[in-house]
Amino acid sequence: MDNKNSGFPNADCGIGDRGKATTIGNQCQGRSNKGILFEFQQTGTACRRFKKSLSPLPSPSRREGLLCRWKLVFENYFGFGIWNLGFLIGLLFIFLVIQLNIGCERAKVGITVAGSTSVEPFAELLAEDYMSRNPQSHIYVQGGGSTAGIEAVRTHAANIGMSSRSLLSEEKDLYAVTIAKDAIAVIVNPKNLIRDLSLDQVRQVFSGKIKNWGELRSPPHPIVLVNREEGSGTRESFQKFVMGKEDIALESLVQDSNGAIRQVVSNDPFAIGYISLGLVNEKVKTLNISEIEPTLTNIETGKYTLVRPFLFVFNGEPEGEAKSFLEFVLSPPAQELLSKEGLVAIIHPSNK
Amino acid sequence: METKEKIIEKILLLVALSSIAVLGLITFFIFEQGLPLIWKIGPKAFILGQKWIPSKGLFGIFPMIVSSFLVTLGALSIGIPLGLACTIFLCEWSPPSVGTVLRPAIQLLAAIPSVIYGFWGLVVLVPLVRNYLGGPGLSILSGSVILGFMILPTIISISEDSLKALPPSYKAGALALGATHWQAIWRVLMPAARSGIVASIILGMGRAIGETMAMIMILGNAVKMPTSFLDSARTLTTNIGIEMGYASGDHRQALFATGVVLFIIIMLLNSLAIFLSRRRTG
Repeated sequence: MDNKNSGFPNADCGIGDRGKATTIGNQCQGRSNKGILFEFQQTGTACRRFKKSLSPLPSPSRREGLLCRWKLVFENYFGFGIWNLGFLIGLLFIFLVIQLNIGCERAKVGITVAGSTSVEPFAELLAEDYMSRNPQSHIYVQGGGSTAGIEAVRTHAANIGMSSRSLLSEEKDLYAVTIAKDAIAVIVNPKNLIRDLSLDQVRQVFSGKIKNWGELRSPPHPIVLVNREEGSGTRESFQKFVMGKEDIALESLVQDSNGAIRQVVSNDPFAIGYISLGLVNEKVKTLNISEIEPTLTNIETGKYTLVRPFLFVFNGEPEGEAKSFLEFVLSPPAQELLSKEGLVAIIHPSNK
Repeated sequence: METKEKIIEKILLLVALSSIAVLGLITFFIFEQGLPLIWKIGPKAFILGQKWIPSKGLFGIFPMIVSSFLVTLGALSIGIPLGLACTIFLCEWSPPSVGTVLRPAIQLLAAIPSVIYGFWGLVVLVPLVRNYLGGPGLSILSGSVILGFMILPTIISISEDSLKALPPSYKAGALALGATHWQAIWRVLMPAARSGIVASIILGMGRAIGETMAMIMILGNAVKMPTSFLDSARTLTTNIGIEMGYASGDHRQALFATGVVLFIIIMLLNSLAIFLSRRRTG
């Protein structure tokens, strides 16, 4: 019997998972781990199984014989036993059940908050606080950007959208609530000697009309502009407050988050960029705009004008879990938390 | 039993076909999403346009096509000499003990995630370029150097295999005719293994042109025509990567259209490579 043509390419007799076999002529004779002695031909078309009465086992029924055949075919083809497969399927099933459970739980009380990467870190803090007060609730906070968040609310992919810019005219059909206000800070490297620029100077720097620090009474060196990407809420607000009708220079570097801009500016002594004031740290220096420092008092009194709203966007009136989360966010303790993190609260606990 | 085997055969065929179906679906989806925009603004304005300002409806990706090629070219000009030198050393000179250390080390280069390359480049390479050569540091040069290292394992492992696959008689014959070791390598072995070496370079090029994460971190992503290797640039892949999260409407379609152009460029490059390597060996 030629093994290669038998249809069992690797069906040589040997030690398998379930027993041992030895070749006798064109037949295999073996003993399974359970003590059953059997023979079968390696023809691929026949798997005759004989019970040799070594152990006091009952004669196998026709069904058992069939099972043996299938098991052999299976093991020869796939290199692992049918019981292993059963085990795997069982495992998969268990995972599936767990997944379903999680899914159900999520469908019951979980809500998704998605959108602006500027709002995201604050929303995460709020969600954490909210969940510790309401342990049965789950709030999932995701990034993606203002536009993506608004889109997600419209398509019901998220319950609440976060936006770091005002709604555009074609988005006015959605329901938006201002949860806090945030200032945009113009930042430079701490090694930079400049402390103050007028709004007009900032505009000329970012539009590429002023290309050298020397033009701003500093040691001459080309200015490195760091910009956000198209679609970013921070960029759109900056465009609106500072640039007006002018374009940001195409030469500017583009980074896709507040953190990335902060990273570049903190490494490059000649860079200038803009990020959310709440995310400024000691590695970068904020510039005063026309002698006005971006402090909470200056923002509240309206002296510092680069201020934009942080919005929660809903598709229709908020209800259920989304409503109670919104109520929490607008409550004094949550607003206090936000102002501690550098945002401007819209409700002042002290005034109440 | 015969019927059972047929069934198994069919199932396996189905599994194999499904992977091709996925490829087909991806291709269809990219073209379906991207082509309408290309027709809307005109293929010429899209491919040769100099300005990319999605908020104003300007979608010109010519600077990105140029940047993609510049970065890839830079990566190849670093990766090919280094890779081939390393291959020749491994095949011809390295003592077995050195080889057993070097080979896994080179394979390890391939196992490092690209975001780690990007981070390393951002923290180590970019400040070096900025301090010693000028410019913002986030530049085509930095990107090329990082990419050059990233494609090394591809070039080395495949060209080493093709050098090793040569019959020993080639080298023996060359040496017997009085060639020096170097002459045998450069004049006999390398030309004989040319198709494998070309294939390794093409595969490296494929990796270079498709790399996204590390490039987002290192290139600086400025959307303008680069004028020097110290300029910041944006490649086709990083354009998609950096703006995908925020894009909607035409902007999103324009990113798919960028994908269409990338797809066509890669198809052209691969067919060219297959054609070249066949002609040389055939």
